[in-house]
Amino acid sequence: MKKSYDDMSHYYGRLWIWTAVVMLFCVPIAICIHYNAWPGFTPVLKGLIGVAPIYWTVGTIEVITYTPMLGTSGSYLGFVTGNLTNLKVPSALNAMENAGVKSGTEEGEVISTIAIATSSIVTTIVIAIGVLLLAQLAPIINSPALKPAFENILPSLFGGLAVVYVSKNWKLSLAPLLFMIVLFLLVPSLASSVGILVPVGALISIGAARILYKKNMI
Amino acid sequence: MVFNPNSGFLYIIAVIMILFVIAQSLFFLIRAYRRARTIGMDMAQVRKTIISTAIFTIAPAVSILLGVVTLSKFIGLPLPWIRLSVIGAITYELPAATTTANALGISLSETIVDPRAYSAIAWVMTLGIIPSIVLVPILLKRIQKGILSIKNKDSKWGDLFITAMFLGMIAAFLGMVFSDVRNGLVGWIPIFVLLFSALLMGISGLLIKVCKMKWLQNYALPFSMLGAMAFAAVITPIIVK
Repeated sequence: MKKSYDDMSHYYGRLWIWTAVVMLFCVPIAICIHYNAWPGFTPVLKGLIGVAPIYWTVGTIEVITYTPMLGTSGSYLGFVTGNLTNLKVPSALNAMENAGVKSGTEEGEVISTIAIATSSIVTTIVIAIGVLLLAQLAPIINSPALKPAFENILPSLFGGLAVVYVSKNWKLSLAPLLFMIVLFLLVPSLASSVGILVPVGALISIGAARILYKKNMI
Repeated sequence: MVFNPNSGFLYIIAVIMILFVIAQSLFFLIRAYRRARTIGMDMAQVRKTIISTAIFTIAPAVSILLGVVTLSKFIGLPLPWIRLSVIGAITYELPAATTTANALGISLSETIVDPRAYSAIAWVMTLGIIPSIVLVPILLKRIQKGILSIKNKDSKWGDLFITAMFLGMIAAFLGMVFSDVRNGLVGWIPIFVLLFSALLMGISGLLIKVCKMKWLQNYALPFSMLGAMAFAAVITPIIVK
């Protein structure tokens, strides 16, 4: 029996992602062998204790939250190329919205994949050009005049994105938005661990949606 | 051997990784493009998706490049280049480098010279993000089955469920923008920027609907984002005096 497009997406996706895992491990291994500099267990453990509890949790949460939005190929690709929240997820959502397709459909899968792949290629090229021309570019991108622009890239991105989604689903948006605004006003230090709050927002939003749906209000 | 975090060897590793990422992206791009044609999608819209996504990506990509530059002062260029092209994000890589350096008692103000400390950082960076990549092949099919069963039971609720998830994510980031409000007017800058971006998106929406400027639809998000970034660059020096 001929396998479906989605089955083949899983097959190729796994092939690429496991290759990526092997290659990722090859980086520190190659460094250790080439410089004959194995760090030993303790320094790595000490460093890992500082970051792993948060980032393993965030990583797990991201997989559960973002894969339904990104689709099959989009997930296999997006999780290898990274920068999901600030780039891949918004670009996939925006592309599906503009093309008038829904995530979870085959058209949505195709558009999301194309957006994530394009975004990955452009990012890689921009970074590569930046690295090659660092001496010339550094004064420009590090200039004090542009600093506030890059510091505010997330509000610049999510402001526009929010209009599209919030205006269409304002009843659904009220509960998670109010909760998050109040939470960040009360505990500003949470800004550094916003990744953990994404699923909290999702759960509140899903809970509120369920109540509104049951009461026939949406 | 004298250790140099900008050595040719490390650049070669970086180039291999970067070529791998481009190859994987091209593979899925071509495959999805062909699929779009096979299932009879509007190919003009598919091409527009590619162009508008490419334009939208440039500004965030430059901000990622800024992350590479920040890290390069301490650990050289090749490692941050690899890390931020594959899986990484500056929000993770910077704390990973900092905590490892602190654990080893190394200063972050100078370029690293100890190869052991360098390899320790490379290991922490690698091991710290492993769940994000390993869990995808393990969990993806199960998650999709779960979503499908919700949709099969009640398709309207299934759609609401996914939309609610999007909104939860957007709400978390919108809320975060309010975290500096207590710092006075300076803390309001991100909120002004957010509102300006929303305003530009609103204007774009009106132009698309009322003035029938259909072409703008694909460029509304990059337009709002870049406009709001420019707005931030203008208002910040006025507010911070």
